[in-house]
Amino acid sequence: MNGPSLETRGLTVRFGGHVAVDAVSCAFRPGELTAIVGPNGAGKTTYFNLISGQLPATAGQVLLEGRDITRAPVAARTRAGIGRAFQLTSLFPALSVLENVRLVIQARQGRGLRAFPRVSAQRDLIAAAEAVVERVKLTRLAKSPVAALSHGDQRKLEVAMMIALEPKIYMFDEPTAGMSLDEAPVILGLIAEIRADPAATVLLVEHKMDVIRSLADRLIVLHNGALVADGPPAGVMASAIVREAYLGGALEDV
Amino acid sequence: MLRAILSDDLPRSRLLAVLLAVILVVLAAAPFLLPGTRALETAARICMFIVLVASYDLLLGYAGIVSFAHTMFFGMGAYGVAIAAAHLGPGWLPIGAGAAAGVALAALTALAIALFSLRVRAIFFAMITLAVASAMAVLVSQLSGITGGEDGLNFRIPRELTPGFRLLEEPVFGTRITGRVIAYYLVFGTCLALFLVMLRVVNSPFGSVLQAIRENAFRAEAIGYRVVVYRAAATCLAAVIAALAGAVFAVWLRYVGPGTTLGMEIMIDILLMVVIGGMGTMYGAVLGATIFVLAQNYLQALMERAAAATAGLPLLPDILNPDRWLLWLGLVFILSVYFFPAGIVGRLRGRA
Repeated sequence: MNGPSLETRGLTVRFGGHVAVDAVSCAFRPGELTAIVGPNGAGKTTYFNLISGQLPATAGQVLLEGRDITRAPVAARTRAGIGRAFQLTSLFPALSVLENVRLVIQARQGRGLRAFPRVSAQRDLIAAAEAVVERVKLTRLAKSPVAALSHGDQRKLEVAMMIALEPKIYMFDEPTAGMSLDEAPVILGLIAEIRADPAATVLLVEHKMDVIRSLADRLIVLHNGALVADGPPAGVMASAIVREAYLGGALEDV
Repeated sequence: MLRAILSDDLPRSRLLAVLLAVILVVLAAAPFLLPGTRALETAARICMFIVLVASYDLLLGYAGIVSFAHTMFFGMGAYGVAIAAAHLGPGWLPIGAGAAAGVALAALTALAIALFSLRVRAIFFAMITLAVASAMAVLVSQLSGITGGEDGLNFRIPRELTPGFRLLEEPVFGTRITGRVIAYYLVFGTCLALFLVMLRVVNSPFGSVLQAIRENAFRAEAIGYRVVVYRAAATCLAAVIAALAGAVFAVWLRYVGPGTTLGMEIMIDILLMVVIGGMGTMYGAVLGATIFVLAQNYLQALMERAAAATAGLPLLPDILNPDRWLLWLGLVFILSVYFFPAGIVGRLRGRA
């Protein structure tokens, strides 16, 4: 399939007089990793919220594999294949790491309304969850409540939750923010693995230039809610550096 | 086998396991162990409150939903049985039909409230339940032709459940197997079964989604669960179980009235029992209900004795006067909430 898996057409959201996302039209293809940069307040996370449905669009459309999902509720979009890892970690704090991941797999398989079998008897769900937990190297903490985890481990779990969804669209929102230098490679390695899958469409909000250079096939720049640059990372970055003054340091040269 | 019955949700504390076992054995053998009708009344009350409190825990402790309409659903089951039995005469059929009607009404009302208000903020749901429960209480007291109004309804139950009925000519272990004993086992059996069903539900995939929603409804929605559907299902399930408990308890009491089923005081009692026992544990309902009902029934008698024993001393007899029992009950609760914020079960498990 060569058509776009995800597309936004004139996607706009206004809060009162403020236009947070301004008529963004952009198509994303399977097998492609698109990095999204822009200064703080440029509308990156808001753009994500419009795609995954946390925020209703004022105007424009979101299309998933050509189907209009602009009005679909969050849960329906997730089940249709939109996966998201949040910038502000959002987990189930009192539940264990394994339970967090198991709940995702259970949701994906539509088994949440089963009220009479025991969870402990759902061996296939537990095994699948263990495999995902292993991928993010959290096996030794699998039984710990999430609230007891370090920030870095919670970030890993945040990504694990999206991987467990096995979505068509992967949306990473600053996945390595606040992680230590020795923890980040686990996440970056996972993103590289996902990128290698020709069926996966990956959107990545990221500030670190070296990460973008090594992972991104394409770079788009948002500024004041509008799409101002789109192209191969090297070319966009070259021009972006020129305009750095007005982009306000959207890229960190690490 | 035991693991399957308890749905793999073991007490996880030796002391808790012992306490639960003692409560189970005493309740199971109450007609043989405890002399007198008063003790049997108390045992039946404990059974019924365990189910009522556990069903409220399902809502509050597992799904994180605050409702003030739980006694209303309990009352629907109780009034269903009472109205059918009082107007159609004693018999198993009116009782069954009345219970079914009460349960159906509870389920529909719960569904309506849930779909109407669970989409929005939690506080709105709590307010709606309060309003509906108050309206229902007024309705019941006004429609005295059907409900008996403030006086409530006395009704007759099948002869097999009355004290006059003898199942066996000879006493068993010194106890006559009267209809009252049979009625007690009807209450006990139903309550035990309902409790085990709830224990299974909270440990099922569905139960784990409820906990996820309690923890973080935003993320639950984001991983693909339609939160409103799960909340509505939990509300309906809790309402149905409360109504069943109400139906069984009405048969036991042979009476329903606003004070015994619909009152806001009972709602507050249930809240206290959940909190004292430990929210989100199920077993907390067992301990909370047992301790609370025992205190309600025996604290006054205990204080009477203490007041008599200290009769010669200054001040003490006044403080220990049985009329002050609510003061002491209140103190006990404040202290228990202060020292066991996670409830008794939380405390026992924390130590293990």
